[in-house]
Amino acid sequence: MAPIVRKSGFGILGLLLLVTSGVSFYESRRLAEPVALGEGVSSVKKLGSYFSGIEGTVNDCNLYFLEGEEPGATICVLGGTHPEEPAGRLATWLFAENAVMKKGRLIVVLSANRSGTTVTRLGGAYPPDFAIPTTWGEQTFRLGDRWSNPLDQWPDPEVYIHYPSGQYLAYVDIRNLNRCFPGRPNGTLTEQTCYALMEMIRKEKVDIVIDLHEAELQYPVISTIVTHERGQELATFVSMTLTDLEGFKMGMEFSPKNLHGLSHREIGDYSDAVSLLFEAPEPFLDATRGKTTREQLLTGIDEFVMKAGKHGLLFEKIDEKGWHIDVRVGRHTSAVLQTMESWTEMHPDKPLSCTNVPRYAEVIEKGVGAFLRNPNESPRERIAYE
Amino acid sequence: MDLIITIIYYLLVAYVSVLLIYNVVKTKEWEKEVLYIIVLIPFLLRLFMLK
Repeated sequence: MAPIVRKSGFGILGLLLLVTSGVSFYESRRLAEPVALGEGVSSVKKLGSYFSGIEGTVNDCNLYFLEGEEPGATICVLGGTHPEEPAGRLATWLFAENAVMKKGRLIVVLSANRSGTTVTRLGGAYPPDFAIPTTWGEQTFRLGDRWSNPLDQWPDPEVYIHYPSGQYLAYVDIRNLNRCFPGRPNGTLTEQTCYALMEMIRKEKVDIVIDLHEAELQYPVISTIVTHERGQELATFVSMTLTDLEGFKMGMEFSPKNLHGLSHREIGDYSDAVSLLFEAPEPFLDATRGKTTREQLLTGIDEFVMKAGKHGLLFEKIDEKGWHIDVRVGRHTSAVLQTMESWTEMHPDKPLSCTNVPRYAEVIEKGVGAFLRNPNESPRERIAYE
Repeated sequence: MDLIITIIYYLLVAYVSVLLIYNVVKTKEWEKEVLYIIVLIPFLLRLFMLK
């Protein structure tokens, strides 16, 4: 075969690979995720309206405001701080599409680090997206990563020095939203996003901030509430009530005072809000997992993680049932609702009351998809995109 | 400063991409042609800011 013909053949094959992978990456980064606003959503604002430094950037995310019929406290729920922990984002989706506040005010963020939703772990062969079955079809979501997209924030330093503590952290965590609080106005995109969130929390006089996460089963901080010391009483109350009444174990632990950049530490230190972080189990994140597939992400079934459990290497139990996404989302919705109820018992002068959001048992019984609204049946002006 | 580093980075990516294409053209071994093309793909994806 003539070299020119051979080279052209290989070149065309290479071009084919480049185009197919390029189209996949391009579409994944720009996949539109519709949010059919529930009747409880009174307005949708942009994070950039609190800090012009991120206005118009990829992280100028939506803030969904749900005003109560009666006055009360203000609670903010953050989803998508780590987008590859999808139960947090999905739980906030259920609030944005269903919740109706009777007392107090709810601010929901579905993509706290929107840049992180546009990429998957480099070299990790993660699926770019996943779909939740609903009664009207499937709704597809970007999977995302733990860190901001390097296309949006680059280069990383040799060592990340957290501002303002000066603590040395892993270099890559300069793109980790949950290592950059309280942020700074002249910092990186991730630091600016944290600063904008802090500005929103301060200006809106938020009383409670809840940051929704998931954790690998080999990580000791799992199935728990991590609380700033000012949230001790509230977190204890929520933990005890959930464990007693809802049938799932939820621990409570303190935010370490010497570990900086995390929401449960810095939001509490740099605003008047009580800051809590909820962790649900996600076997998809475990280093010992088997195939990294959409099915594994949603079912949470993994024989290799189970094997690790049999050798006593896990901090949470796992069996053949795995940790289904419905279970993980249900834990989060119940924990948020219980926080509102417990807060109200402790602060009857500043109540919070939320209806129309399914709790743990109902999410497991009907599935997350049963509570996702069909965007095709919503008026155009009542649809937002993440 | 970051902008300058970024510009230099993309110039380097472009330079390595050109070198790889040059090597594809010049080499006489088909195994190396395949190797260069496979190596070239992530460079081009980064150059076009796709991943």
